[in-house]
Amino acid sequence: MDGSSIGKTAWTALITAGFLFAAFLATLLVTSWGMNWGAALTLALPMSALAQGIAATARFTCQSNPLGRKESWRIAVTHIVAGLVLAFLWVGAGRVLSQWIDAGLGVSGTYKDYLALQGHLYGVGFSYYLLGVAFHYMLFAQKASQEAQERALESSVRAREAELTALKAQINPHFLYNSLNSISALTSIDPGRAREMCVALADFLRLTLGMGDKALISLRDELALLDKYCAIEKVRFGDRLTLQEDVTEATKRCLLPPLLLQPLFENAVVHGIAQMPEGGWIRLQASCDGSRLSVTVENSWDPEAGSSRKNGVGLKNVQRRLEARYGREAQLQATAEENVFRVRLQFPAETEKSQ
Amino acid sequence: MSGPEKKWKALIVDDEELARKLLREMLASHPEIEIAAECASGMEVVKAAAEHKPDLLFLDVQMPKLTGFDVLELIEREGVAVIFVTAYDQYAMKAFDVHAVDYLLKPFSRDRFEAALERAKSQGPKKALDAMELSAASRPAGQFAERIVVKDGTKVTLIPVAKLDYAEALDDYVSLVSEGKKHLKQQTISGLELVLNPGLFVRIHRSYLVNLERVARIEPYGKDSKVAILTNGVKLPVSRTGLTRLKQLLDEKN
Repeated sequence: MDGSSIGKTAWTALITAGFLFAAFLATLLVTSWGMNWGAALTLALPMSALAQGIAATARFTCQSNPLGRKESWRIAVTHIVAGLVLAFLWVGAGRVLSQWIDAGLGVSGTYKDYLALQGHLYGVGFSYYLLGVAFHYMLFAQKASQEAQERALESSVRAREAELTALKAQINPHFLYNSLNSISALTSIDPGRAREMCVALADFLRLTLGMGDKALISLRDELALLDKYCAIEKVRFGDRLTLQEDVTEATKRCLLPPLLLQPLFENAVVHGIAQMPEGGWIRLQASCDGSRLSVTVENSWDPEAGSSRKNGVGLKNVQRRLEARYGREAQLQATAEENVFRVRLQFPAETEKSQ
Repeated sequence: MSGPEKKWKALIVDDEELARKLLREMLASHPEIEIAAECASGMEVVKAAAEHKPDLLFLDVQMPKLTGFDVLELIEREGVAVIFVTAYDQYAMKAFDVHAVDYLLKPFSRDRFEAALERAKSQGPKKALDAMELSAASRPAGQFAERIVVKDGTKVTLIPVAKLDYAEALDDYVSLVSEGKKHLKQQTISGLELVLNPGLFVRIHRSYLVNLERVARIEPYGKDSKVAILTNGVKLPVSRTGLTRLKQLLDEKN
């Protein structure tokens, strides 16, 4: 159900309620307060129409006072004040009307009768407003739950897609081919190191493939994977790659989607270090202030090296995965300064204990 | 280079040390091949090629700053057999477009390496292409050049196309003007025009190709000719067809 059909429901409800209320009011005026039917209906129909206005007004007061976002007493006070003001206006309008029926239409006594029962009518008007409030809160709740369902469905589909592309993109085949070429070179030059590199590559693959079916892993595990990755790249690039890590033990307990940072490292290597003959560095910083985890991956880069970042598939992928998991609570910022490329991620912190 | 006594001079080009060592090891059993130099970057190749005049080039594609294809634009191709050695298979077509002898995918076997070497020896260097064909072949299909590589002696300059003010044809060369400096490149102006985005660069004259963003205004010059005044004050002649093209592009822009 979309917004416009909810509007239609509300209108149908208001009009139906209008006629029912008019009948109720006229009956009340005749049976309890002895007004004659003609005068009672003449008074009740327009007053009922006005009462519908009061109920419709509740839509706006409800909209600006959504339940659960403000303190309850504030909401209550707002509605009581609004209800009293509207009831007062409504009864006032009725008084003018009854005066007109009395004098203008010549049904004498209507005004006097009205003045006698006006005290009760304050109560009726006020209650009617509250009825309108209840009705609209109910509509909003229904709409919100529908939206939440749709959102949940949509985000789970998106999350799944993002996961799949992420995993497919995770192992860059050229990384594998180049690593295997390094092993091929090492077999005769330095068999011991060739074996080490085989093991490092196997560890990296095992960790990568094993993390795929987990929703969250600890930062410590992600760092272990990154260490393997860098160990392999260090064999390829030698002194050209230096690595700095600044992460406290406490922060390492924070959780994050697996392989979230690995594409950032891969970008740093491919677009940064690999483009600089004299080499470069990657710096990882992570901190947690209790509610938010922020991770910064920086690398040196040469803006003139010609490797443009425009096809930032890795970066987009990270962004999609963050959105799928944390929605608007997550931020990704990528900035290119003169010689430093920086990606900063911020998202809600969850720790191993809270899971 | 057909005689049995002839030694082949080879250059090994790869930014990864281990990859270079692997090629050196595989060449160790070929005394007829002399490794003249190992190069870790495209810039080094330009120097080494001028110095050693190699017959054979083992060339990586993805390297810092200059790619393997850029390197081929900058060195004397005459008499050089090129074997690409890369982990990326997507450049294979391009490699043959620039008349490479073979294309080795990393990691490769000894047999595959021997086959490539055999091919180089039996075929010798293929006909060298001119710079126009080379740069057209080496840029990705459907994309325009983002930078132009220029060599002055052994010094290599990369000119981002956004910084290129205009180019002037000088016989077999073009003079590329960027940030107040002139760079000569052995290429025809038509060849250059082919690799540049036609929405950004206009051929305003038989001898001039201008960066549209540098054109400040067009003024009459003499009786019925025009000149384009650039933002830095330089005046360039505009031909009649050049004027039509220029006006059309400026209209599209506004």
